[in-house]
Amino acid sequence: MYQLLKQIAKTGIVTEPAPPPEEALRATAQRLGEVILEHFGRALAIRHVDAGSCNGCELEIHAMNSPFYNPEQLGIKFVASPRHADLLLVTGPVSRNMETALRRTWEATPDPKLVVAIGDCGCTGGIFGESYASCGRVSNVIPVDVAVPGCPPTPTAILQGILTAISPGKLR
Amino acid sequence: MKLKELDIEVEPLAGAMPAFRASIEAAELPEVCGWAHASKARLVALWGSDETGRGAGYALHVALAFPSGLVWLSAPLPKEDPRYPGIADIYPAAGRMQRACADLLGIRPDDGADARKWLRHGAWPAGVYPLRKDFDAGARPAQQPDRYPFVPVAGEGVHEIPVGPVHAGTIEPGHFRFSIVGEKILRLEERLGYKHKGIEKRFESMTLEEGAKLAGRVSGDSTVAYAWAYAMAVEGATGTEPPPRALALRGILLELERVANHLGDLGYLGNDVALSFGFFQFWRLKEELLRTNARLFGHRYLMDTIVPGGVAKDLPRAEAEQLVGRLEAIRGEVAALQSIYEEHAGAQDRFIMTGQVVPELAERMGLNGFAGRASGVGRDLRVDYPIPPYQELDPRMASHIRGDVAARVSVRFEEVFESMRLIQALAQKLPPGGIRSPSAKARSGASGVGWVEGWRGEVLIALEADGDRIHRLHPHDPSWQNWPLLEHAVHGNIVPDFPLINKSFNLSYSGADL
Repeated sequence: MYQLLKQIAKTGIVTEPAPPPEEALRATAQRLGEVILEHFGRALAIRHVDAGSCNGCELEIHAMNSPFYNPEQLGIKFVASPRHADLLLVTGPVSRNMETALRRTWEATPDPKLVVAIGDCGCTGGIFGESYASCGRVSNVIPVDVAVPGCPPTPTAILQGILTAISPGKLR
Repeated sequence: MKLKELDIEVEPLAGAMPAFRASIEAAELPEVCGWAHASKARLVALWGSDETGRGAGYALHVALAFPSGLVWLSAPLPKEDPRYPGIADIYPAAGRMQRACADLLGIRPDDGADARKWLRHGAWPAGVYPLRKDFDAGARPAQQPDRYPFVPVAGEGVHEIPVGPVHAGTIEPGHFRFSIVGEKILRLEERLGYKHKGIEKRFESMTLEEGAKLAGRVSGDSTVAYAWAYAMAVEGATGTEPPPRALALRGILLELERVANHLGDLGYLGNDVALSFGFFQFWRLKEELLRTNARLFGHRYLMDTIVPGGVAKDLPRAEAEQLVGRLEAIRGEVAALQSIYEEHAGAQDRFIMTGQVVPELAERMGLNGFAGRASGVGRDLRVDYPIPPYQELDPRMASHIRGDVAARVSVRFEEVFESMRLIQALAQKLPPGGIRSPSAKARSGASGVGWVEGWRGEVLIALEADGDRIHRLHPHDPSWQNWPLLEHAVHGNIVPDFPLINKSFNLSYSGADL
């Protein structure tokens, strides 16, 4: 126990400041009103859905939950069910074998909801493209609010995408 | 020529790893595989190909690992009703590979083995085979209803828990069907294939140069292992010799990938036993390593740093020294965390005797990689076939015999320390010279093999080139062999220990769904 406490004390706090929202990442004009966004901005529940990625983007989502980025300090946490979620974080080209599951997950997420597509594949279909087995980008299957490019995007870029989705931006 | 272990004529394949090709009749498969099995050769991969464009029918390919090297057997199959005698009764791991072949190419075993579909869900109908050359990759057959007959478990008090494909955590999609009594798991049946995104078909539209990027994205956490295996296969097929400095740098990159993945999983293993301290500490160290990767090699996960002919980024002396220093600091911290894990009664109570795979079962089912080494299967390509840059480093193989979560934790710690030693040894003695040789042209019909001990296990790339294009490429992930063992490992364990057991293996979905 002494070793463990010593290690905690020695480590200190390594969390870095969060990035600002970035309008260039927005795929469609902000759909949600400011009142809703204010609530989302205080406690955002995220459900991650891997719709067919190579698993590279998942590595960076894990890394985003590391103490360097610590999204929980911003009120952002990952939840186990889409029914508890405000925002879906979707990775991968959508494989056709995941098409139905992704659509059902989106339908199970209560309104109002946001979708952030992660990675080059989520944005465009990436190197896998569209084929007999791949629907390509996420917006080919469900509506996308913010799309974060990168192969994979860094944890900072993913966090920035999430913060952009809940920032007012241009309201419709 | 003939190998001492196998009484058939084989042709040596050019390339870094010892590999041989042999053509046999399909009817001889059970006999040849039977000999191989009796002489302790293991099954590395099984796949099929469409040779109708080359004036033949189809072909079934089997890769076996003998002490002399890899033997790639090919058996021609007729154009009409392509069937072969299956080998799943000899090598149980072949079962799912045979089912995938049937789904993608319509070539089937006739041994009465499990004939259920595997990679085909609803995206294309029965009787349509996407890997056949006459199938247009851009075609989009209408979604079919997807019914899959799970094996039912009946009896008093038995009930089922279906989990996935969308899981509760940030993990890849797959379906787990648990049959349980109370909290105890009676049976687990996996259903995968959700991530099938047509990778093998995609390769066939690419040149040898273009394929490198896709190979690095078959399974993102093993991008270095795949990129190296791909480069090795292309270099074999084209007769390209990468410079010694590039080989040393590849060794550094592969070991960095091993360290990063083990650190991340050691963190999650702490997290899964409610020791979130472990998660935060290990992920802090992993993040520091990833940032070092980005600074020195331009990418946090080292994607696209290995290319056919060599590597894309050099490591100047000053940077090599930085890397050595950085690892020295991380090593000290990992050692401190290891002693905290070992002395933590709660964590050890959850780790020990949980998710056990005994050595006899591991050997029979072909468990490979670090999970195999934790179950007494003493195999590691870096040790068994020490090619440059491993030749002079004398890598030590980590091992354990208990095969439980604690054993896999212990092997991971050992491998972290050993990989750091290897990286430091390589970085301190980088050979002078260039980092990339120009790629020669592939001979028509040339083939090549890439075979690399990735962090999870052995990655194989079997390539058949057609000029500078890819005729057929099978990337093989160690998870094919290891997934069935997870079904065994959870027997008699409680459902809440499943995430812990699963994470202790951390198998790839993307790599095996293709």
